Formats: sequence, structure tokens, C-alpha cells
Amino acid sequence: MSMLLSLGILGTCALLSWPLGRYLTAVMEPPKQARGIQRLFETTIFRVTGSAAAAEQNWKSYAVSMLTFNGVMFGLSWMVLTVQALLPLNPDQKTALEPSLVFNTVSSFVSNTNLQHYSGEASLSYFSQLFAMMWLQFVSAATGLAVLAALARGLSGRTMLGNFYRDVLRATFGILLPASLVVATLLLIGGIPMTFKGAAVAQTLEGIEQVIARGPVAAFVAIKQLGTNGGGFFGPNSTHPMENPGYFTNVIECMSILLIPMACVWMFGFMTRRVRHAAVVFAVMALMLAVNVGAALYLESAPTAALEGLPVSQQHGNLEGKELRFGTGAGPLWAALTTATSNGSVDSMHDSLNPLTGLVPMIGMWLNVIFGGVGVGMINMFLYIIAGVFICGMMVGRTPEYLTRKVETREMKLALLAILVHPLFILGGAAIFAATPWGAGTVNNPGPHGFSEILYEFSSASADNGSGFEGLGDNTIPWNTATALVMLLSRFIPIILPLAIAGSLAAKKATPENTGTLRTDTPLFGFVILGSVVFAGALLFLPVAVLGPIAEHLAGVIR
Amino acid sequence: MSVLETMKLRRRHTRRASLFERDLVFAALKQSVVMLNPVTMFRNPVMFVTEAGAFLSTLSLFHDLARGTGNTGYTLAVVIVLWLTVLFANFAEALAEARGKAQAESLRMTRQSTQARRLVNGKEQRVSSDDLRQGDEVIVSAGELIPSDGEIIQGVATVDESAITGESAPVVREAGGDRSGVTGGTRVLTDTIVVRISVSPGESFLDRMIGLVEGAVRQKTPNEIALTVTLAGFTLAFLMVTVSLWPIGRYFDADLPVPTLVALLVCLIPTTIGALLAAIGIAGMDRALSANILAKSGKAVELAGDIDTLLLDKTGTITIGNREATTYHPLPGVDRDRLVEAAMWASFGDATPEGRSIVTLGEKTLGDRAPVEVPSATMIPFSAQTRLSGINLPDGKQYRKGAADAICDLAKGNGHAIPGQIKATVDDVARGGSTPIVVAEDSQILGVVSLSDVLKPGIQDRFKRLRAMGLRVVMVTGDNPLTAAAIAREAGVDDYIAEAKPEDKLAYIRKEQRQGRLVAMMGDGTNDAPALAQADIGVAMNAGTQAAKEAGNMVDLDSDPTKLIEVIEIGKQLLMTRGALTTFSIANDLAKYFAIVPAMFMLALPQLSALNIMGLPSPQNAILSALIFNAIIIPILIPIAIKGVRYRPSGADALLRRNLLIYGLGGVIAPFAGIKLIGVLLGAVGVL
Repeated sequence: MSMLLSLGILGTCALLSWPLGRYLTAVMEPPKQARGIQRLFETTIFRVTGSAAAAEQNWKSYAVSMLTFNGVMFGLSWMVLTVQALLPLNPDQKTALEPSLVFNTVSSFVSNTNLQHYSGEASLSYFSQLFAMMWLQFVSAATGLAVLAALARGLSGRTMLGNFYRDVLRATFGILLPASLVVATLLLIGGIPMTFKGAAVAQTLEGIEQVIARGPVAAFVAIKQLGTNGGGFFGPNSTHPMENPGYFTNVIECMSILLIPMACVWMFGFMTRRVRHAAVVFAVMALMLAVNVGAALYLESAPTAALEGLPVSQQHGNLEGKELRFGTGAGPLWAALTTATSNGSVDSMHDSLNPLTGLVPMIGMWLNVIFGGVGVGMINMFLYIIAGVFICGMMVGRTPEYLTRKVETREMKLALLAILVHPLFILGGAAIFAATPWGAGTVNNPGPHGFSEILYEFSSASADNGSGFEGLGDNTIPWNTATALVMLLSRFIPIILPLAIAGSLAAKKATPENTGTLRTDTPLFGFVILGSVVFAGALLFLPVAVLGPIAEHLAGVIR
Repeated sequence: MSVLETMKLRRRHTRRASLFERDLVFAALKQSVVMLNPVTMFRNPVMFVTEAGAFLSTLSLFHDLARGTGNTGYTLAVVIVLWLTVLFANFAEALAEARGKAQAESLRMTRQSTQARRLVNGKEQRVSSDDLRQGDEVIVSAGELIPSDGEIIQGVATVDESAITGESAPVVREAGGDRSGVTGGTRVLTDTIVVRISVSPGESFLDRMIGLVEGAVRQKTPNEIALTVTLAGFTLAFLMVTVSLWPIGRYFDADLPVPTLVALLVCLIPTTIGALLAAIGIAGMDRALSANILAKSGKAVELAGDIDTLLLDKTGTITIGNREATTYHPLPGVDRDRLVEAAMWASFGDATPEGRSIVTLGEKTLGDRAPVEVPSATMIPFSAQTRLSGINLPDGKQYRKGAADAICDLAKGNGHAIPGQIKATVDDVARGGSTPIVVAEDSQILGVVSLSDVLKPGIQDRFKRLRAMGLRVVMVTGDNPLTAAAIAREAGVDDYIAEAKPEDKLAYIRKEQRQGRLVAMMGDGTNDAPALAQADIGVAMNAGTQAAKEAGNMVDLDSDPTKLIEVIEIGKQLLMTRGALTTFSIANDLAKYFAIVPAMFMLALPQLSALNIMGLPSPQNAILSALIFNAIIIPILIPIAIKGVRYRPSGADALLRRNLLIYGLGGVIAPFAGIKLIGVLLGAVGVL
């Protein structure tokens, strides 16, 4: 049953992603003679932004604009969170957050991570939720789309990569806003609240007074899912009944996780005019996703060792930490999807997953290319493609080339640097925190499971994912500061360096392809990409995987 | 295979020393210790890290010995294997270099300073060849060595160039034209020539050649640099993995000893390719040299693999040098045998290959009935004025053959009618790409013999292979477009340049390059120099002029026009070897993880013994086995590094599939077997 549901969701998303990819391309790269609404849209963008959006930018100025824009958003959101007590739309009188938590939260939303060390309903006013958090959920995802468009332009041989401000407006208002409108409406129908009234107070049957948090949830959840953000309105995220009331909303939210990251691959193909190449990349990602989902479902159908020997029926597998209103398989399915893409929302407790099931989300975040974050998933994959092309390109007896341009020292240097940022933060962070009270003192479990908690937190931060394994007392100054830094650096370094690669490739002469050229649109090339990603992932993370989830699993087996 | 080719092959074998020749191995062993100097090791980041690790482990060993703690036997073994790994890497590079040096040694023999006779104001002056400057003129007579590179400005001589080319047959060199270049160290066999020296001392061809093969001027090529950077990146990644394990070990209350961590690091970083990378590059140059191609830089050899378009001269490359008689076209009413006979008579006095081919064809056609040469006949040699040749027999018969208009003039002059058919036949033959030779008996036209280009045997297959590799072959010929098209079609080239002038070649190269293609060509004459310089790979024939040799980036010592194809294959093989061994090196890591990681944490997390799928008896055994495998795979792969991976010309996909299967999949599987085997052996000898 849950297998069928999963297949249905994956298949539907894959089908929808094709027309959506066409739409993304049309918005990000409008035809010269745009007509009708699109023309109006484009002229409005020009009118609003004026000269800033008019100039074509090379990779450097594109990157500078991107950083400037994100920097300004960072500053503004910081201010909002600090002075939220003085701002309107604060019916429940929320006050300022602790500075390291502000740093963490703002970094988290600017970097499209949405790691939440705060609890939305407890700490944030509606104003903060809407104009700091939700606004960032839009523009951080739009930043990803913009940069992917710029990368695609560079790879089609243009040294001018477009204009960042124009692209970010196109992505925000042309793609994310309309898509969120559709999804938010569906969620409203599904029963998610949308109100500016403060928390409701109810009298329970036992006669106890209960305060029920609510707010403009539907709007928030829509972009949270669509923009691979994942930051929930409520602390428990999509396990919370107001954020994800039932089966129907759960399916909608699941699909919203996948749609735009999938469509991004097609957009890359359409913009570079390499649709077959994009299809190969898509197939590789889809295969990895299917394996992850299948593994999660299978492994979670086993009983949990924790309840062994207790008078608890485990015939439906491990039900600890699951929301049963979604069905038994919804938890592991969501866990696989939310970490394959860098979404990070949850609808079950990842800490309670069986040890090996817990490895699946970690693998998703370690690889970070299984469709990945909006825009950036494909950008990450581009880095692995460059590395794979370099090694395998030599094996066909030519200087390696990608999309007719030679991959040489400069490109490899940049690509490797961008790839290495991720393991550096995960392994380095986990090592430092595991060996010191910063991390070792905050875990809820000893041994391998505790190590997994630390490892997961850094993986989530570095992958800009945002989901939590939980079971970790992570609202501390060391955790807040360390993960904030990791999120920012691992967001922007792997965005800027690929732009530099695109700029460098675009400046080279194109070599016509012939039978001696390594083809990028064949199943064999798909194998090359798959091999590069899987091997890189395995070699970098095998030891920590063994020490965390695998050791925990083996201990259970032996016991 | 022709005699010449057999000879060349034999010489190549003798010049290519066997892989592990004793003298070379000893020299390389000595050199590999010298190379331990960290300053030189720094050029190779992977091996530098290995050496640093070996050093660190040695310190740790001394520390253990001094304190009397730790498992010193195990640590000592790790330290030894680590140092061996570094030495093996040095040995691979040193061996490749030693082979180059051995080649250089034989060249150096010819490079001793000799006496030269310098001409100063028309007077001879005896000087040492070391004192010769550019522009000096020297006189060289039969039996003397040519003192330095230069160009003949006066005289003709036969020169023995075997010292350079290995070719024993002497060659003719003469002033003016495209055969005027001479090389220092070669010997004049006959006559006396005056040579203008074209290089300064120490920069002669021979000097550069020695420098190149010795690796003294070896610079890393662009792809080698890119790969070095990539390997450094991998090393950095594994450094992160290993270093982070130490604090993580603390979390699990496991105190990981430094030598064990270093062992893991060295196993993971791509030491195999890191150790062999330099050897692969040197061996690539070496292979080029074994094929008698002197590349002016390693970069040129590497670039050869990327060539998209090949400009080949028709004559000598696609067709055998000369046209041959192929068919007879007798006029209506003329008996075919009469024409054959007349053509033979007319050609007896013609010693050119074309003339001889008419005689040969006639003998084949007529068999016993073929006429035999008469000694008392008068030969009429070919001249530019008459444009015909022939024979006057003692019985008064006169046979002539030649160009159509010349024979027609002859017939008209002697009052014979010009048959109407002849023009059509001549045009037909020319349209088919052949040369029509008109034959007359006593000024009466009998018919036409067509001389055609004969393709070199197997050339079509060769082009088919080139096309499979993705290369475009372009034929360059002085023929008219009609003839060129016919031959191009027959040979199966992609394009042709007819009535080619040197500037046409240059224009064509530029056109191809504008489209992003890389072009290779071969040339000999001074007027080829601009095109040679423009081409991405310009191979100059050694017999060619100094200007051509300066312009190209390779010199073919055999002056064999089909060499271009070989050059490209060497370039491709070089890159493939790098890619394949890199893949192998990385693929090996999986098995090493399975050996080492469970072993490292066996005490703290006993459940990890489930991952010991190779069933290695103890943690120490597992770590040492992996480390030993990592070390000995280097010398095992030296032959592949030096000879190159097997290369069969085919499309990119086929090559990639094959190499991925052998070096990728093989690289994953092989170490599981290897480590297990070493583990068993270590256990059997009772070490661990």
C-alpha cells in the first residue's frame, strides 16, 4: 500500500515536472518577443527595478548582486526578529529572541535551510513569520532558481549570465508566488488554518483550558514545501495537525516537496538546449530517489529494537514517532523525500526511525543531489558531473570536455573546492562536537545513536536541509553559532564557485562534437554520473555511517 | 609488411629496452632514494602527504620505543610499508626516466665535440664544433661529421643519418629546395658541402633531444597539472575523513594510534595514480620517441589526442608515391595487343616509375608474347619541350608516348589524321582521376594508357578507424579538382583540397580552427612553415628544411607521412592511461575501507566485526594487509603506466565502457581478493 502510494507520488511528480520545467524556462528565459501577460510581467519588472535589472552581468557581478541582495535580506530579517515586540501582527505578544538564536534563525532562512532551533508558535509573531520567515522562504528559493538559470546560460556559451535582480523577481513573482497560491488553496481545502487571530483558547472535556496555536498557516506551509525550505509554522513541523491535518494534505505536501526541484532539471535541459542530457540526469536522480524511498519503506517495516519484548504489536513495522493519520508508510517516504531534496520539513520523528532507516535521510543529505534544493540541487549535480567528466573524459583519450568546452585545471580546482565544502563541515563539525561537551553534552542517547544525532545536525545544516534528527538539545550558543556559520558558508560557496566555472567555460572556444567525444546524453553517461556521486558519497561518509547508524544497527542485531 | 617496415620494427624493438632491464632497475633504485628529498616530493602532493605520514609514523614508533608502550612490532611494520610506498612511487618515476636516459645515452655518443672547418672570408679555419655560432659557414667533406645543425648553401651530398633516425640507408641532401637541412652528428658519405650553421651551441637538435628524453626540461603538461590538482583535492578530502576520525574516536572512547590513522590515510589517498603519474607522462614522450617522433614538448603529445582534423598529403600518404599504368583504351579498329606492345616499346627507355609500370603491366597482359628490349635501339628521352618519350628501333619502327596534345601535334606534323575518338577517350580518363598517356606507332595514334593513383594497401580501413575515433581526414593534393574528387571518393576521406597551394592549407587550417577544431598536419618544405606553425600539431619531416622543423611542434625522424596517425594514437593512449589508473586508484578504496574501518574500532564497537567481510584474522592483520596491497600495486602497475593501456581505435562510448569495466569494476573487485590473499599470507608466516 505505502509502496503504491510512494510510486504514485513519484510518478505523478515526474510527469508534472516536464510541463512545469517548460513553464520555469519560459519565465526565467522569456522569448525576445514576449506577448500578453508575460510581456506585461517583464515590463513591470523593468519598471520596478529600473536600471539595476537592465544591465547584463558577467559571473562576477552576478555573484556580487546575489550576495548583496542576500546580505540585505539577512540584515532586514535580523532586525525584524530583534524588534518583533514593537511590530504589528503580534496578538500573542512575542518578544525578542536570544542573539545566537537570531543569528541561527536568520542564517537558516537566508540559506534556504530552515533549520529551526526555535519553535515558531512559541517564539515568533505573525509579522515575523510572514515578513521575515516566509519572505525569506520565497527569495531564498528564488535565489536558487536565478543562479541555476545563470549557470545554464553560461553553459550555453554566454559569458553574460543575465541579471540577478531580474532573475530573482521572475522566480519570485512568476514562479513561486503563483505556485504557492495554488498549493495554499489546496491546503486550505484540506483544512489547514489561515487566520490572523491569536491562539484559540478551548475548554477540554476534562475541563482543562487549552491554548491552541494558529495563524496564517496555509500560506506559510505552501512555500515551505514548494521552495525546499522546510521551516514549519509550528515547531513539530508537518507532524502538527494544524500544519498537516490528514491524508490529503500529506499527499499534497509530499508532492510539493518534489515538484520544483524536479522541474529544475528540465529547465536546465531546456535552457542549455540539452534536453536528452537533462533526461539522463533526471533518470539518475530518479533512480537514486527510488532506491532511497524503497530502502526507507523496507527498513522501516521492520520492528524497532526499542520495543522488543514489550507487549506491543509490531506487525506494521516501526510505528514509534509516526503520525498514523497519514498511514504507516508516510513517515519513511517523507523522510526520504525531504532529505533527497533539501527541504527539511518532517511528518514523523526521524530520531525514532530504525537505525538503518535513519541512515537513508543522512545519505540524501550527504549526496545532496537527488533533485536537491530548488535550483541548487541541479547546481550540485553539475559539480559532480564536472568531476566525473574529468576522470572519464580522459578514458576516451581526449582532454575532458563538458558541453563542448574543455574542463581544465581552473574548473577542477573550483569544482573540487565546492564539493569539499560539504564534507568538511559535516565531518569537521561532527568531529569537533562529538569530542567536546558542545555536542557530547547535548545528546539524549549514548553511543552510536548519540553520535548520529550530532552527525545528522551537521549534515542537515551543511546540506541546507533543515530537518532535525532531534533528540538533541540544540538551542545552545555553540550549536546556534556553529550551524549558522555552516549553513551560510555551505550555501553560498557552492553557489558562487559554479558560477565561476560557468564563466570560465563560457569564455572557452567550443569544440564541435564527434564520435570521439564523450557523449553526455547516453545511459553510459548516466552511469558515469551515478558512479561519481555514489562513490564520492561512499568514500567520504562511509566511516561516519559505520560509526553512527550502522554500528547502532549491528548492536541491535547482536543483542 | 614491407621490408622497410620490418626493419623499422626491429629497430624499435632494439631501441626499446625491456621493461625491467637490470642496469636501468639499479639506476632507478638508487635514484628513488635520492628522490626522498621533501623539496622534490612537494611537486607531487599525493606522495608528499604519504612521505609526511611515513615520517610522522616513524616519530610515533620512536616515541613508543622510548616509552616502551604500544605494539611496536605492528608499528614497525606499518612504518616500513609506508616508506616502501614512497620508494615504489619514486622507483616508478625513476625507472621511466632511466629508460629515457638510456635512449639519450646513445644519442650523446654522437654529440662529442668535433673539429670543424669554418670558412672565414673564403679561408678555412679549424675550430671546435663547440665554438660554432649561428650564421657560421663550415665546409664538410666525405667521411666527416657535420658539426652542428644547419642548412646546405652549396653542394649536394649523401648523408648517413642513422645516428639520429636509425635508418641505415643514406639520404641525399642538397642546397636549395626542401632537402637542404642537415643535423649535427650525422656523417657525410660522399661529396663536399658548405653548411650554414643555424643554431647556437647547446641548442642543436641533438642537444634538445637529449634534454627532452632525459626529462631535464620536463614540464608538467596542462592535463597533468589538472590531474595533479584533482588528486590533491582527493587527498584533501581523505585527509578530512582521517583527521576527523581521531576526535570521533574519542567520543567512542577509542584512542586511535597515529600509525593506524596514517595507514588509513595512505590507503585512501590515490597513491597508485599519484605514484605513476609522472611515469605515464615520461613514458608517453618515450613512446613517441620510439616511434621516431621527436615532440618538442610533452604538451604537444598530450594535445595530439584531441585532434579533430587531419590534413594528409595525397602522395606518399594516401597513395603510393607514383601513378601506375592500369588500363588500356585502344581506339576503334586497333587491336588491344598492338596497343599494349606499342606502349611497352615506347616505355623501355623510360626509367621513371610511371614508365616502368607500363612495362610491368604489359608483361602481365601479354605474358610470353611481350616484346623484349633490343640493345641497338635508340632511346628518345622525355624533355620538357617535346613532352614525349619513346624509342627508335633498328628496323625503323618508331614508338612514342606522351601527353595528348604532344602526340597529336606529332601525328599532325607527320600528316596523320587525328582520330575523332581520341579526345573523348582522353577526357574520360582524366575525369576518372587518371592521367591519359597517348601512344603512337610511327606517328599513328593507337590509343591511350591510363596512369592511375594506387591507394596504399589498407588505407581505407585506416581511415575508417580514424572516423570511428571521430577524426576528419582531409586530403591535400596538387591534382585538379576532378582527379582529387575521384581519389578522395575511392580512399574514403571526408574532404579534399585540390590544386593545393601552401596558402590554401593555411586557409583551411584557419577555417577548421575557427569552428573550434584542432588540426594536425605534416609538412616538409619551407613554404609549409606557416601552415605547420598554424596547425595545433605540426609534424615536420626530418628531411625537410630548417624553417619547417622550427615551425612544427614535432619532428618525424623517419619522414614518414603516415606518422600523424601514430602521433594521435600515442596522445590518446597517454590520456586514457591517466584516466584508467585514476579510476582504478579510487575504485580500490572501497575494499580498503572494509578492511580498515572495522579494524580500527574493533575494541570500542565490537559489533563492527560483522563488516569484516574479508574475514581477516586480526585488526593489525587487516590494516597491514590493506597497506601492503596499496604499496605493491604500484610496482605491479608500472608496466601499464609505461606501456600505456591497450588502445583500440573506436568511438568514445566503446572506449569508456571498456575502461570502466576493466579499471572501474576491476578496481573495486581486485583489492578484495588482493587484501584477502595478503592477509592469509601474513597469517601463514605467523606475523599476525
